[in-house]
Amino acid sequence: MVGLQILIDGFAISSLYALGAIGFTLIFGVSGVLNLSHGSIMVAAAITAWLAAGDYGAGSLGGALAGVAASVVLSFATYLLVVRPIQSSRAIPGEEKEIFVLTGTLLWGIMLQEAMAYFFTNSPKTVRPLIAGVVNIMGVRTPANEIVTAVLSWVAIGLLWLLVNRTRAGKALLAASINPRGLTLLGFELANIHLLVWAIYGVLAGIAGVLLGSFLGVSSDNVGTLTASAFSIVVLGGLGSVSGSLLAAYVVGYLETMTAYLVSPSIRTVPVLLLLVLVIYLRPQGLLGRR
Amino acid sequence: MKHAYLYSLFGAALGAALCLPATARAAEPIKIGVIAEAAALGGSAIPNAAKLAAEEINAAGGVNGRMIEIVEYDDHSSASDAVRAFQRAANQDKVHAVIASYISEVVLALEPWAGRLKLPLITPGAASDLITKRVHDDYNNLKYVFHGYLASTQISDAVCESGKDLLIGQMKAKTAVVVSEDAAWTIPLDEEYLKCLPKIGVKVLDHIRLSPDTTDFTPIFNKIEGIKPDVMVTGISHVGAQPTVQWQQQQVPIPMFGVSSQATTSTFWKDTNGAAEGVVFNMFSAPDVAVTPKTIPFARAYEKKYGVTPAYSGYTAYDDVYMFADAIKRGGSSEPDKLVDAMEKTDWVGTIGRIQFLGKDDQFTHGMKIGPGFITGLMVQWQSGKQVTVWPAEAASGQMKFPSFIKTVN
Repeated sequence: MVGLQILIDGFAISSLYALGAIGFTLIFGVSGVLNLSHGSIMVAAAITAWLAAGDYGAGSLGGALAGVAASVVLSFATYLLVVRPIQSSRAIPGEEKEIFVLTGTLLWGIMLQEAMAYFFTNSPKTVRPLIAGVVNIMGVRTPANEIVTAVLSWVAIGLLWLLVNRTRAGKALLAASINPRGLTLLGFELANIHLLVWAIYGVLAGIAGVLLGSFLGVSSDNVGTLTASAFSIVVLGGLGSVSGSLLAAYVVGYLETMTAYLVSPSIRTVPVLLLLVLVIYLRPQGLLGRR
Repeated sequence: MKHAYLYSLFGAALGAALCLPATARAAEPIKIGVIAEAAALGGSAIPNAAKLAAEEINAAGGVNGRMIEIVEYDDHSSASDAVRAFQRAANQDKVHAVIASYISEVVLALEPWAGRLKLPLITPGAASDLITKRVHDDYNNLKYVFHGYLASTQISDAVCESGKDLLIGQMKAKTAVVVSEDAAWTIPLDEEYLKCLPKIGVKVLDHIRLSPDTTDFTPIFNKIEGIKPDVMVTGISHVGAQPTVQWQQQQVPIPMFGVSSQATTSTFWKDTNGAAEGVVFNMFSAPDVAVTPKTIPFARAYEKKYGVTPAYSGYTAYDDVYMFADAIKRGGSSEPDKLVDAMEKTDWVGTIGRIQFLGKDDQFTHGMKIGPGFITGLMVQWQSGKQVTVWPAEAASGQMKFPSFIKTVN
């Protein structure tokens, strides 16, 4: 019984991790940016959804859409206000730009986090689930919302796959991650591709944030953990590798769930961190990394 | 001539400068520092309620003609930030007394500083037994510290006392699992739960301590369900919304009963989208019960001003300002030692009951006296968006009822 429970819970949480991390890895793959405000953007999406659904009576669906919209806005803000000015700055030497982007997004994330704590307190908020109630799966009482979470995560990942592999814009995006210089030589405007990837990122992080808010609830205190978990997944899977991130999300999700059920919920994240240290030692490029 | 003119100007300026402090002293305000985390529910209620009390006192003419001024500090619930704020309050802002925090770890860090800087300190919300035990053990140094909330052991006892009627009488519960977050205040709380629950006839099947950064409570509820207790007796404060929401979403069929600090404020219903329905929690005053004639008017005034009902620490912070003001009025001075002497003689009817502080020979030195006629405690349940008092019978405004997924024995 515990086995099946782990299988179900692990799947839901892993799908959510995958969705959260995939946007993170996409941005790194295409533009070399590690966005450390990731957690703040996810939490902002959830809080917006909570606010819109509750205070403004937008309903579950309206709230969710508002949350995703907020995430897209913040994603663009992160790119246009923080990342791009650093990248195009002449005062910062080229080789130091990455570290400036890292610091810049980290500080931006902290600003967002503090603002959310100030206006909405750091008490956890929960987004009203799209479907309430429970479903009995062979004796395991599973909230319907948990199934919705897993399904929506995979729908979003599937749509991303279609976008990347079946559309012209998506193919350009893929090409940018392989050889940006080649792409510019073919006459593509790299800036547009970057805008596209930040838009996609905003949508993915927004959906992940809203789903997380309805599944477990979020607080501005979770920002650091969320960024760290996306970061661990991406490093574990191989920086910039989308399939690696998917695989790593499931490794992390199941390892955490197994630890929580079989050992103790209070050391849930410890084995993952140990695994991460091992991977960095033995296979620094990550599970499916190219570099 | 010119010089004479200058001299007279100088003299006038000097005279004015010498006179100023004298006139200023006549109306020198009583400064009360408030140290709490502005971003937390339990924390923000403290300065809000203190300001409300100060406004009321000032509107009525102040204390012996002196106005009360609240000086706020945000400690982000960090002990080191709180200590820095306390030092600043004492040395730079020259406050006369401090009301600080609802977090035991923070108050325990401030306690020695209250002694060193001889600055009276009261906490409206921290619960660890150690706060008063330290005053008891080192009275001469730490007599500046007062405990404006109940010690964890007293809270467990209040929950158990209500359990005779609610758990045994109404729910027919025979077994329980104690579920508490891992923090300083729950160590004595749990210890006492494990002693007092069996005494009222509830067998404790297991004792689970949650890590405060847990986000997924499914494995914990799963384990508890496997043990099949009739009730979960809780000790949760810093975590609150998340376990409550997951309890409801996963339809865990076991009622939650005990201490749930976040549940004491009206925003909890909104934060949990109503998942709080059926949660039974301890409070020492509630917005719908006239514990004293002051309780309801305070809750109304607070709600009118801030749009939410006060968290538990709001009631006590409000009383704390009044008690300091009363002590300064009776003692005629805001000097630390005189203020402490006067505070020890406090007999004040506040929003949570009649307040007297226990003496230096008592186990809980400078803690509040509990029992009939003083502070007794209530059990309150969330029902359809309202906090309904369900115990004691004479204060109750409704009966306990649970959502349909809960299986109670009767």
